Order: sequence, then C-alpha cells, then structure tokens
Amino acid sequence: MIAELGLALLWIAAALACLSLIAGIVVLRGGPKDVAGLVRPASVAQGVLTAAAFALLIALFVRSDMSVELVARNSHSLKPMLFKVAGAWGNHEGSMLLWLTILGLSGGLVALFEKRLRADTLIATLAAQAALSLGFFAFLLFSSNPFKRLPIAPPDGQGLNPLLQDPGLAFHPPTLYIGYVGLSVAFSFAVGALVTREIGPAFARAMRPWVLGSWIFLTLGITAGSYWAYYELGWGGWWFWDPVENVSLVPWLAGAALLHSVAVTATRNALRAWTVMLAVIGFSMSMVGTFIVRSGLLTSVHSFAVDPERGTFLLVLMLVYIGGALTLFAFRASAVAEGKQFALLSREGSLVINNLLLTTILALVLLGTLYPIVAEAMGEKISVGPPYYNKVAGPLALILCLVMVAGPLLRWRRDDGRTLWARLPLALLAGATVLFGLILFGGPIGILPLLGMTVAAVVAVASLAPLWKRKLRRVPLPTWGMVIAHFGVAVALAGMAAESAFIKERLVAAAPGETVKVADFTVKFARVEPVAGPNYTAVRATLVATTPSGSSFILHPAARTFPGLMGGAPTETNEAALLTRPGGQLYAVLGQPVPSADGSADRYQLRLWWKPLVWWIWLGGALIAMGGTLALLGRAQLLAIWRARRARKAQMRFAP
Amino acid sequence: MKRRWILFAPLAIMALLFGAFLYRLSVPDDRLIESQWIDKPMPLFDLPPATAGVAGLKSSDLADGRPRLVNVFASWCIPCRAEAPQLEALKAAGVPIDGIAIRDRPDDVAAFLRENGNPFDRIGSDVQSSVQIALGSSGVPETFLIDGKGIIREQIQGVILADDVPGIIARLEAMK
Amino acid sequence: MSARLLVAAMLTLFMAPVAAQDRLPPAPYAYQQLADPAKEAKAKALMETLRCLVCQGQSIADSDAPLAGDMRHEVRSKVAAGESPDAIRKWLVARYGNWVSYDPPFDRATALLWLAPLLFLAIGLWLAFGRLRGANREEEP
Repeated sequence: MIAELGLALLWIAAALACLSLIAGIVVLRGGPKDVAGLVRPASVAQGVLTAAAFALLIALFVRSDMSVELVARNSHSLKPMLFKVAGAWGNHEGSMLLWLTILGLSGGLVALFEKRLRADTLIATLAAQAALSLGFFAFLLFSSNPFKRLPIAPPDGQGLNPLLQDPGLAFHPPTLYIGYVGLSVAFSFAVGALVTREIGPAFARAMRPWVLGSWIFLTLGITAGSYWAYYELGWGGWWFWDPVENVSLVPWLAGAALLHSVAVTATRNALRAWTVMLAVIGFSMSMVGTFIVRSGLLTSVHSFAVDPERGTFLLVLMLVYIGGALTLFAFRASAVAEGKQFALLSREGSLVINNLLLTTILALVLLGTLYPIVAEAMGEKISVGPPYYNKVAGPLALILCLVMVAGPLLRWRRDDGRTLWARLPLALLAGATVLFGLILFGGPIGILPLLGMTVAAVVAVASLAPLWKRKLRRVPLPTWGMVIAHFGVAVALAGMAAESAFIKERLVAAAPGETVKVADFTVKFARVEPVAGPNYTAVRATLVATTPSGSSFILHPAARTFPGLMGGAPTETNEAALLTRPGGQLYAVLGQPVPSADGSADRYQLRLWWKPLVWWIWLGGALIAMGGTLALLGRAQLLAIWRARRARKAQMRFAP
Repeated sequence: MKRRWILFAPLAIMALLFGAFLYRLSVPDDRLIESQWIDKPMPLFDLPPATAGVAGLKSSDLADGRPRLVNVFASWCIPCRAEAPQLEALKAAGVPIDGIAIRDRPDDVAAFLRENGNPFDRIGSDVQSSVQIALGSSGVPETFLIDGKGIIREQIQGVILADDVPGIIARLEAMK
Repeated sequence: MSARLLVAAMLTLFMAPVAAQDRLPPAPYAYQQLADPAKEAKAKALMETLRCLVCQGQSIADSDAPLAGDMRHEVRSKVAAGESPDAIRKWLVARYGNWVSYDPPFDRATALLWLAPLLFLAIGLWLAFGRLRGANREEEP
C-alpha cells in the first residue's frame, strides 16, 4: 500500500503544481483577485506532499519491500540501515524524487516566509517554481516512476554493492542536491521579477538569502566530495577536472558570481539585468549538469543506467525552461536600465571584475568539458584535462584573489588609489616575505604553486583588514561572514599550492620488517595480516610512522576484497590510511603483493605520500561555508532590524 | 538602448550548447581508441616465445612478402576465446596469422591453445604490453592487417565475427 | 551528482583490473620510482597528463589498471633512457592520437579552446567598461 500511496501523493502534488501555475497566470493576467489566495497554500501543500512521497520511498527501502522494483534493484535486506536509507536516493528514480522534493520544499518555504517581495512578483515567482516542478513531475511520473511494482517479488534485492556503502557517500548527494536545486529559487525569482518588471534593491534583498543558502550547501557538498575522492580513490588526488566534477563546479561558480552581483544590486541598485541573468544561469547550469550526468553524454562512466530516452526528455525540459527564461530576459531586460553607474575604483567596480573573472572561469570550465564533442564534430578526438584547466583557469583564479584583496577595502561608488594603497602595506609585506622566502629556500617550485602561496599570504592578511581598528563585537555578522569566507579562500589556496609544490612520494615494494623513509617520517612496515569484515575479507598492514621528534603513530592501510555479486568477479578496494599532522597528512596505501622470484617472504607494494598542508584545502572549504552561514544569519538579522524600523516609521507616520 | 541585441546573446549561446548536446545524443560517443599507427611500418621488436613449442615473434618476420594478420590476444581475455573459431577459419583459408600474447604466462598460453586450438605460426610474449603500446592498441583482442612489406594497413578492434572473415580474406588478397 | 560520478569513476577504476585478470606481477616501473629524483619528477609530471586508455577519465598516474601500469613503465623507462617528456608525449600521440594527452595541442580543431580565455575576457571587459565609462562623464546626484 505504501508504494501506491506514494504514487498517489505524487499525482496530487503534480496537480497542485499545475494549480499554482494556472492560478498564478490567471492573477497576473488580471483575473479575479481571490484566485491569488490559492497560490501560496498550493505551493506549500505541493512541497509537503512531495516530501511525504519521498518519506514513503525511504520507508519502502527501510522495510526492504522487494515487491517494488526500485527497492529490489537497489537494496538488500542485509544492508546496514544507514545504507538502506541512503539507497533511496542512490539511484536515478529516487534521486529525481529527491530533486522534486527539494524543488517543492523550496517553493513552499518561499510561500511561507517571503514577505518582502511585492505581492504580484511573489505570485509570479511561485508560479515559475510550480512550472519547474511540473516538468520534473512529468519526467518522474512518465519515465522514471520510483514506486513501480514488480509482478512477482524476488526473494531479495540485488543492491549490495560494497563500493556504494560509505557513510560519506550516503549524505553527499542530498547536500549537493539542496545546493543545486536551491538555486531554482533564484531562477524563479528572476523569472518572477522579469514578468512583473520589478527588478531593484528590494528584489535583490529578497533573493540574497536564498542564493546564500544554496551556495553554502554547494560549497559543503563540493568540499566533502573532494575529500571523499581523496581518501577513497587511493591515489591522493583531490580534484581531477573530471567532467562530473566540472559540472558540479559550474553552478557553484555561478552561485559565487550571483552572490557578489546581488550585493551590488541590493546596496547600490546597479547591475540589475546582470544579476537577473546570473540567477537564470545558476539553476540552468544545475540542470545542464544533471542532464550531462543522466544522459551519459560525456565519457565519465557513471553508475546510472544510461537511457537515451531520459536524456531526450531532460533536454526538452531544459529547452523549455532555459530557453523560456532567456527569451523572457531578452525581451524584458531591455526595459531594465542597468541602474546606477560607478567608477572602476570602487566597491562595485571590484565586484564587476569579480563577476567578470568568475563567469570567464565558468565559461572556460564548461567549454573545456564540452569541447571534446566540438572537436569530434570537426573530426578530431581529444581530451581536455588538468593541464588545460590549470593553464587557463589558474591565472584567472589568482587575479580573482587579488581583486578579492582590494574589493572589501574599497568604498562604494568611488574611492581613490591612495587610500587603497594605504590599507595594503601589511598584506603586501606578507606576500613579499612568502615569495622571497620560497624563492630562496623553497627549492624548485612551479610558477603556479609559487604564485598561489604568495597570493594566499596576501589574501590571508588583507581579508582580515576590514576588522582592523574596529570593535569586533560591533562588526556586523555579514562582514564577519565575508572576512571568514575570504580568509577561507586563502587557506584553501595555500593548501592546494603547498600540496602540489612540496608533495613527497614514495612507492616501494617492501617486506614486513623493512623501513621506508618519506619526507621526515620513518615508516616501519611492521606486519600484514588477514582481517574479516562483515561482507569482505581484507589484508591489513600495520605501519608505524615515526617523526623526527620521536613520536610514533600507527597506520592501517588495507586492501579489501568483496566477493563477486551474483557470481561476478570479486571487487577490490584500497582503504587508504591517513595520519593528520599540523603540517599536513601522511597518506598510506597498501597495494598488491609482489611475488619474488625465489618464492621467499612476500613483499607488498606500498604507496606513501607526505602531503604538506593538504587538509587546509578542506578546512578552507569549511571556512567558506561558515562565512556564508554567518552572512546568512546576519542578513536575516539585518532584515529583522530593517523591518522593525520600517514598522516604526509607518507607525510614526500614522500617529496623530 | 543601443546594444539591445546583446540581450539575445545568452539565447544564442544556449542554442550552441544545445546543438552540441543534440549532436552527441544523435552520434553517441564511441569509446574505442583507434590506433593512429596505420599505414606505417611495424615497430621494431623481438619478442620471446610465449609458450614452449611455438616460435617467438620479431618485426622482421612480418615482412616476408605475404600479407598476414597479427592478433593481439591473451589467455585471460574471455572474448578472445569467442574469436578462436574465426581465426581457425582464416587459417584454413590460408591466411598466415601471428600472435602477440599480452601479459601472459607460458602455462596459461599453452592451456589456452589446447582448449581453443592454435591458428598461430608464431606467438611473441609481450609481458609489459610494450609492443601493444607501440602499436597503438588499447585492448584485447585486436587484429592488425599487415601487408607483405610489413606495413600496418588496418586495425580491427574487438572480436572478429564470422561475417567479417570473407572481407578480411579479400582485403589481404588485395594487398598481394 | 558528482558523488555518483565519482562512484562510477571508482567502479571503473577498480573493475578494470578485475575485468582483465591477468596473473602477472606489474611491470617493474609501474609501481617503482626512478632512482634519479629529477627524472622521476619529470616522469611523474608527464604521467599526470596522459590519459589511461582503459579507465576513461583517469590519468595513468592515478590508475591501478594493468595497462596504465605498463604505460607508466614505458614512460619511466623512456625518461630513464634520457628521452624528453615532449618526445615521449609525441611518441604516444603518434600511436593513440591526441586523445591520450590531457594537454590538447593548438591546432585547427582546438584553436577556439585555446583562444577562448582571451576571447571571453575581451567580451567581458567590453561589456563591463560599457557600464563604467559613463561614471566619468556624469556625476551621480
């Protein structure tokens, strides 16, 4: 019954989305005003019902109801509970339902809490959000029904894939999804504002917290995903410029650009058309990314069954939404003056350069990801990988960081060079110290890591400058947020640059009892032993790493073998062992046994890396997300103050 | 507004993007990496015998005036078993076939030949895939058509099917 | 989304050796560094930009696939023999095409790719300065 109820809820939710859309259109066309009262409740109810359907899907997975095809294909009664729950979104249909749930809940939240927007713009926004939901409801109900029953229930499910059973992996997709789909709110705001031609500071202020919220989740999701790849893939890489990583980065870049341009629109009523444009691009890029992943468009093999029909369906949806929004933009934005103008050397000026660089990087990442298709159409098969992105995006990112140094120190409207210069000596001194220190004592370093560490030092010091000579308790939360997020960028940049400049690698075939040196560590390969896990067998090594100061640490890298699923070949995974030290991480992997010619004591492949400051990368990511959170809290607070003041003013005006 | 057309630029960019998507949906990505080392002489190599009783293979063996096949295979490669009957058929039609065994052990190669028959005149053992890499080959099985002067004329990726056999014979015939 | 793709990447990464289960030990230089640190650094930098033929979306430096191991052996052996990384890349491209290199060359088909940064920046600056120019002419109230 649960599955049937879930399906029924989805149909009702779809009907409610349809209702919101039609009611919205009727109101905006000047129809009867009382219809307007339907839109908010319908949006809230649609969100609640979709969420309920998703909860029912999770319940089906928890109960291991194998009569439902999705559960039978993706779960198993013996799976640990956490992975049963995560199994609900670890497949195409379930993740599309999660997508719809977030879409519906975002719309519901806007309907409940958004009180600043003009009434007609709000209705247009909710109608746009409902239109988005409607298309994805159609996609789900007509081509990917998650509640489909099997005629005969199998005795147990097929989904016991050990590789998918990782706690980090269980929560990574929902985090990213909240970010991606959260951007739909900005998209709908933009469409709503274009429809009612209300684009100004009030609109920007209303949109800002939603953008900030989804961008925080995107930041967290990408940071966590990078760490997961780092420890799970067993080669110590933290970013591969793989097509899938790239399509996750593109919405983040759009969100970052939007976050900064919306500040200009909210504060100075400038860059209006551009902000609307970015709001449309953000969610468009989320959809493009999903399309690329689901349609199997690029040769990054993924775990979803590739289905050309689904790809075509998504393409048509995207064509309608993105095409529709951009057409609306083309016709309406000409009526939107770009708003107030300003000098290059001003806060706005720096934010414009920020946006210029972020969108250029975005465009380059997208181009690089899709270019192999273009080249193939021209008859050449090429690969675009890290060397390209490092060459083209690296320098732009460094310039962006320098703009980030200057921007927060500039005043709005106009500033002059001398005052900026006067605020910078400490930061420039820090940068010069690092640069000369590295040139003199750092040994041979690539130009990009060298500049990276230098710029990181400048940014780290300069990012704190807005706090200089201020009473820290009176610094507003959004300023704190900005300072911490910018400082986080410096931390992450320093981590990336230091890791690539000073990494030490040691690959050896060692027998138990032997000692290996890597960087300052003496690593003793103490022993190997077989270990049995719940559903795997493993060979586990014990390594004792000793620092120059004499303290010892134990690491247990392991190689696991999972029995083949349904008679298939066994699967092997490497469990890296990490030792985190203040200066970086020691990363150890146990590889294959090496048979020696005379059959004597077994030797094993050991891969050891010393990765200086590598954990700063994810610390930086966490700081950026934390800065975003503070800014979000601050915005909410500011709004409360602003509203209270307006209420007081209104009272005074009506006072006798 | 002078520059109103610029507002249509995003729409145009989207159209380009969708053009690329449509192209890829209609022409799916083929994941085979074809060798570019075609119409070029066989790289120089001298491989030891892959198993007792069958001679090893060196590049000079391949320029004896007779067009031939060089089959890149391995005993651990399951599709290679499926290809064995077709190689036998080619052999029976008088096509000389040499083999290169990739990352293989003599015992395993011997067992493979016992089970699937031996259509090979010579089999070189390529334990570090170095000849495979020099040929631009990216998997097993693969078959190269070599003309009498030792020039590589064609690469066939994957299993040779029964339907392919007459065509291969005809193309080798044409090289004479 | 990216998580799932990574899973996929991982799946292929780990499946590759399983699918092709040979029983030979890896080639000597697959998991062994060159004795000369300068040469090893060169080889490492080159391997990171060469694409693994059987794993799709992984460099030969980050793959456990046997063919990737053999390619590492090939690269390290050639570097040890004194060949320049550029020559080795050319040697591989002559066999596998530009697909094998993550660093696309500049030619007719990739001109747009390599000129894009300048093109995009130029367009962006042109648009942005269109915005700013006015500020010098008219003061705001």
